[in-house]
Amino acid sequence: MNENTLTSEEGYNFAYLDEQTKRMIRRSLLKAVAIPGYQVPFSSREMPLPYGWGTGGIQVTASIIGRDDLLKVIDQGADDTTNAVSIRKFFARTAGVETTEETTSATLIQTRHRIPEKPLNENQILVYQVPIPEPLRWIEPRETESRKMHALREYGVMHVKLYEDITHYGEIATSYDYPVQVNGHYIMAPSPIPKFDNPKMHMNPALQLFGAGREQRIYAIPPFTEVISLDFEDYPFRIQQWKDSCALCGSKDSFLDEVVINDKGERLFICSDTHFCQERQKQGYRGDVPIPEGFGIKPGEKQ
Amino acid sequence: MYVAVKGGEQAIENAHQLLASDRRGDPSVSELDIKKIREQLFLAVDRVMMEGALYDPDLAALAIKQACGDLLEAIFLLRAYRTTLPRLVDSEPLETVEMQIDRRISAIYKDLPGGQVLGPTFDYTHRLLDFALAAETLSDPEPPATDDEELATSCMHAVTLLEQEGLIETPSRTQQDEVDDLTRQPLAFPASRSLRLQNLARADEGFLLSMAYSTQRGYGRNHPFVGEIRMGNVSINIVPEELGFEIDIGDIELTECEMVTQFQSSSEDGTAFTRGYGLVFGRSERKAMAMALADRALRAEELGEEVSAPAQDEEFMLYHSDNVAASGFVQHLKLPHYVDFQGELELLRRLREPADKSEDDLNE
Amino acid sequence: MSLSAIQPLMQVEALEKWYGQQLGCRNVNFELYPGEVLGIVGESGSGKSTLLNCLSAQMEPSAGSIRFDVREQGLRDLFSLSEAQRRVLMRSEWGFVHQNPRNGLRMRVSAGANVGERLMGLGARNYADIRQQSLTWLEKVEIDAARVDDLPIHFSGGMQQRVQIARNLVSQPRLVFMDEPTGGLDVSVQARLLDLLRSLVTDLGLSVIIVTHDLAVTRLLAHRLMVMRGGEVIEQGLTDQVLDDPQHPYTQLLVSSVLQP
Repeated sequence: MNENTLTSEEGYNFAYLDEQTKRMIRRSLLKAVAIPGYQVPFSSREMPLPYGWGTGGIQVTASIIGRDDLLKVIDQGADDTTNAVSIRKFFARTAGVETTEETTSATLIQTRHRIPEKPLNENQILVYQVPIPEPLRWIEPRETESRKMHALREYGVMHVKLYEDITHYGEIATSYDYPVQVNGHYIMAPSPIPKFDNPKMHMNPALQLFGAGREQRIYAIPPFTEVISLDFEDYPFRIQQWKDSCALCGSKDSFLDEVVINDKGERLFICSDTHFCQERQKQGYRGDVPIPEGFGIKPGEKQ
Repeated sequence: MYVAVKGGEQAIENAHQLLASDRRGDPSVSELDIKKIREQLFLAVDRVMMEGALYDPDLAALAIKQACGDLLEAIFLLRAYRTTLPRLVDSEPLETVEMQIDRRISAIYKDLPGGQVLGPTFDYTHRLLDFALAAETLSDPEPPATDDEELATSCMHAVTLLEQEGLIETPSRTQQDEVDDLTRQPLAFPASRSLRLQNLARADEGFLLSMAYSTQRGYGRNHPFVGEIRMGNVSINIVPEELGFEIDIGDIELTECEMVTQFQSSSEDGTAFTRGYGLVFGRSERKAMAMALADRALRAEELGEEVSAPAQDEEFMLYHSDNVAASGFVQHLKLPHYVDFQGELELLRRLREPADKSEDDLNE
Repeated sequence: MSLSAIQPLMQVEALEKWYGQQLGCRNVNFELYPGEVLGIVGESGSGKSTLLNCLSAQMEPSAGSIRFDVREQGLRDLFSLSEAQRRVLMRSEWGFVHQNPRNGLRMRVSAGANVGERLMGLGARNYADIRQQSLTWLEKVEIDAARVDDLPIHFSGGMQQRVQIARNLVSQPRLVFMDEPTGGLDVSVQARLLDLLRSLVTDLGLSVIIVTHDLAVTRLLAHRLMVMRGGEVIEQGLTDQVLDDPQHPYTQLLVSSVLQP
């Protein structure tokens, strides 16, 4: 028996999965890293959390986490949304690892729908939760056909969708899960992160791993890999921007959540990345928007 | 008031407590015990075992109690538990021909060797609510009248009679040397028959039932007849490495259904009936029948039939048959999606701006 | 020193296709040269569709060979190529015009996108350029430029066929397969479409293999003709010769039953 069988939870292996399963998943991860952006099929296990709620990300994390890791889990950019709490608790119970909300000190970050604002370093791994790994799924529902299209780079049909958007809306009408081309070959679905976060995937020093449990696929972007969002030369990819800045910390470059504060429809904008926002506030940054009476949060208060 | 799914930890704690209290219900009513569920709600237990892919009536009964009667939730509990169990050994193939028959019927022969044994079934009951069952204490029911004859074992399958005349496709046409394992390899297409049957065995009964029904109504018709349904105990044999010979480690209860379907010409068998197969834990007969119809529908391409109906579409059927996956994904919509929605709001607002937007208004 | 012979574009030898015990087609032999139009004529059940499916690599023959002059490779047996290579061929050097435009078009995507798709598949990344090329081709097939953003589902049958043709020709294929391209269209629409096809074939130097039951179509478009019946090739030769001086009784029957205008 090795040290990994010592666990916090009676009767379960370290991080819940048995060692055979972890080995199988790690082999899939290695294949994925060797072929950036390619979806590697893997035999997903039923986990104590439902399919669709992050089992892919959880299995990836469970396969690579070690006792000395420092784990951060976020959902919608925040550490304390219910599912992030639930997943963090799962690993605390089954692996006994230390957890943190600090982006920079975490060695392993599992995320749903956002990339942290703070740039990552080469000692970190970012694990994304993926609902639908296949970017061609909406155009080609058959798995047998989409596999061939990837192998042969028959991607004309993806640009047809973008062409149509420009024809009908005057711009590309995809705001999240915006398709990218990885390392000049595979077109990949980055998971439902807002397109605002796409540029962060490009040449990132951290290792980025993607797990889709229900759909049984794993893929990866190795560090310092080219990741380009699809577009046309004359209709280049653009990220979202806000006219407002964060009401709490004043940030103008982060992704902002829109919060409706009263029945009159008055709105405030607040950083989606809670830790990023708190750090800025600690450093003394403040928003320049008056926060109205009756609003539940004051600057400097933990959200 | 600013509201979001925050204060997460405490909220989850409170939710668990509320659930525990709801689960108990009115404290003046006695608490459910697992044995009662196992003994008296056995059809629910059978379903949970099959779709949970784990044969253990006590665990299934516990899951049903924990899930407050939500069978899909109970199935999920069992599947998750299954993941933690070590794989010790593969059994030898089950010999259903050796089944201790509790029930055995065939629609294709009036009578046949082994007889038509009705067994315990809802089939010919009149669906009238029996208010006598509502009484708290009932006297035990009269023991059923049985013939002196021993119930048959080693009862030949009805379909074997057809095989003997060469009238039905022979199993060798559909057998594989290597059996795939759905729990150890990802589902890939085209799927082998063994993978398909495993998927169908643990498939949601409602889904399979609807799809089977659709084939009868013309969405991929194959003129089915019930060749045989048999229900009873079958022994499980394993060959432990240390012994090198087969030993019987116990029985499980199974229901098996063989459908005899549309005849066809092939080079191996000439013109012969085709077949569909269903096998489930316990007494889930309806599921076994639906499974056999679905199996046959999914063989359409192999049998050179036109694939036109949803029940014949392998990817459609096998991807959507698992209620654990389906439930998870449908319900995941409850999770916060406000970041993506924010993206959509921003896009839509911009698209709706008047056509003559100036350079200043454009997000730059 | 001899003059180098013009390489045939496609060479078919002893081609045969069986469905179990049932004959699809057999004893098919011909060579197709650049710029030639070959018509395959027959009633339903004659085997002409089977033949077309084999020639366009959608179905593997039971026996015989089909060789195509692949760019920069010379004559290659189609089924010695990998599936990947065949798919590349289908998207770049070949075209296929289906009888039912729904099988050859994306009905819910604009005409412009339909025509531009092959270009995008080959790496075109400038929206304005792609749109311009689409407009150019739509003009060549005589569709009003104003319809470029409309969905084919709103077009008449004849217009849908034109979009299908443009969609195929935009990648400048060397060989186009056509399966009853005028079937289901009314007579005057057919006539206009045939005229268009004839001028495109001449202007672009296309080779075409066209399957039809309609002799009038072959008279107008095909240089050479192959008559099929019950899976067998009954007669083949120059169109005018076969139609004006049919040798086989079946061909004579076919010819005599064509209504004279």
